[in-house]
Amino acid sequence: MSGYLLEARNVTKLFPAAGKKKVHAVSDVSLQIREGETLGLVGESGCGKSTLGRLLIRLLAPTSGEVRFRGENITALKDSDFRRIRKEMQLVFQDPYASLDPRMTVRDLVAEPIETWRLCGSREEVTDRVRELLRAVNVPEEFLYRYPHQFSGGQRQRIGIARAIAADPSFIVCDEPVSALDVSVQNQILNLLRDLKTSRKLTYLFISHDLSVVRYLADRVCIMFLGKICEIGDTEEIYTRPRHPYTRFLLDAVPVPDPSVRGKEIRLLKGEPPSPADPPTGCRFRTRCPRATEKCAASEPELRYIGGVQAACYYAEEGPA
Amino acid sequence: MLKAKRKQVEQAADLRLQSQIGEQERFRDQLRRMARENKTAVVSFFVIVILMLAAILAPLLTPYEENEMDLLHRLQPPSAEHLLGTDEGGRDVLTRLLFGARVSLLIGVAPALLSLILGALLGAAAGYRGGMTDTVIMRIADVTLAFPSMLLAMVIMYSLGGGIFNVFLTLTLVNWANVARIVRSQTLKLRSDEFVEAARVTGVPDRTILRRHILPNCLPTLLVLFTLNIPAAILTESSLSFLGLGIQPPNASWGLMINTGRQYLYNAPWLCFAPGAAIMLIVLSFNFLGNGLLDVLDPRMKKQ
Repeated sequence: MSGYLLEARNVTKLFPAAGKKKVHAVSDVSLQIREGETLGLVGESGCGKSTLGRLLIRLLAPTSGEVRFRGENITALKDSDFRRIRKEMQLVFQDPYASLDPRMTVRDLVAEPIETWRLCGSREEVTDRVRELLRAVNVPEEFLYRYPHQFSGGQRQRIGIARAIAADPSFIVCDEPVSALDVSVQNQILNLLRDLKTSRKLTYLFISHDLSVVRYLADRVCIMFLGKICEIGDTEEIYTRPRHPYTRFLLDAVPVPDPSVRGKEIRLLKGEPPSPADPPTGCRFRTRCPRATEKCAASEPELRYIGGVQAACYYAEEGPA
Repeated sequence: MLKAKRKQVEQAADLRLQSQIGEQERFRDQLRRMARENKTAVVSFFVIVILMLAAILAPLLTPYEENEMDLLHRLQPPSAEHLLGTDEGGRDVLTRLLFGARVSLLIGVAPALLSLILGALLGAAAGYRGGMTDTVIMRIADVTLAFPSMLLAMVIMYSLGGGIFNVFLTLTLVNWANVARIVRSQTLKLRSDEFVEAARVTGVPDRTILRRHILPNCLPTLLVLFTLNIPAAILTESSLSFLGLGIQPPNASWGLMINTGRQYLYNAPWLCFAPGAAIMLIVLSFNFLGNGLLDVLDPRMKKQ
């Protein structure tokens, strides 16, 4: 036993692209998730966050590398052997409009996992369990026989969450669960997720591009750029003292709701991210990094410990550029 | 014309899938809206119902037998006794028309249903499984579609021989490929939809996903295809019978009636007009109903 709930070892995922090219959606990522923690996964669009989340719960198969769940290599398992673990891992989707079958009632939607895993005997028991779950996510029970289109985005997301927790999983990947919602609703959903985590002893991988949301929820945070981990470690530590230049840029780009700070110089990242089909040599961030040297172009920096957090940069110790 | 219509069905289905964001209308509400706004479709629906009733109640509606000959009164024009006249054997045309409606409706509905089921299952399997399954099924469909449907039907009927069962079989074999193609393209899109992914992450087995999530979401499209396949089948049957390859005399079929009436076109034109008009009426009715359903499912037609 490695002591981790979930562990990724050198996971790589290539997608075939136009021509003979391959898109490196996730390349050589290793990370560990401890039981009961929330790991935030942050990065810009297209950096492979969602792909990594889906790799961890085996919705996608890695091109190479392995994923271990409670010490067991689930990448090597046959589909039939994996089924008993499937129940332990769930996904909360980004888009609550697309992730619920429009032709099913709330009862049937939430009952689907219960029935799939035969957790209850009779129809009445299933319905009772659905009521319980709806109560747990604060959806009024009288909506049992309504259809998804009769709900608001926030309520739909609650139904999606009810589905995710229905089979009593231990690990949930939240794939940008609030980014499609109004700001006023975001908070409620985040609090719901946080409460459920405590009451049901869940472990989360929380994917987001919203740094403040991650800071609110995550114990540790993992910053990704172009399929690679830049920096991973304790949330407060990384937010107060970022080591990787990319993390610094991300944190600098967060709007500050304080007019007195306005006008002060904010450094913003220049240029477009390089294509994942054709990543630069050496460090993937070097084409946009103000500190890049020849060393960065020659070889790729590995993740290494710098005072409690891990960062993949040769100049991580040197402070802001 | 049917090709163009199929194209439209496909596009409407696509748009429907794309428009899942936003207010979604339940299918029942959509039907209600159609009943309100599209009177032609409603009238067509009732015409179909009346024709069906007439076909079922045929023996009660006329005093004559289907094959009752009366050689003294051959080729009589319409009169009070024979509302639509008599044919070359002195048989009452209206009676034969009513009994022929049984054949035509049965031929319309049964093969349309069979080809719908066959096409939906094969198309969904091809779209969902992909790979070899997809290649094999869709290449067979392509081969079927490569022949002009009338020619294919004639070849099959010729090698199988006449009779109503063989007509069923032929029409099913001719029509399934179109259904399979449309269902496959829909399945491909649905398969990548998040609610299907949500079912997979829940651990729902593939077969259940097809049955519970994919096929029900194809249902409105299948309904439109169904109403459009019926007139196609009726027309094909009429043509086959006209060519002597379909229903065999002395049984009545509209196509067959036109075929025999053709010889007396100058002396007794009602022999052709009556079944011709009947075919036109039923084909148009199903088409209008199908169009009405299509409009309802097409979000571009949605009114505020």
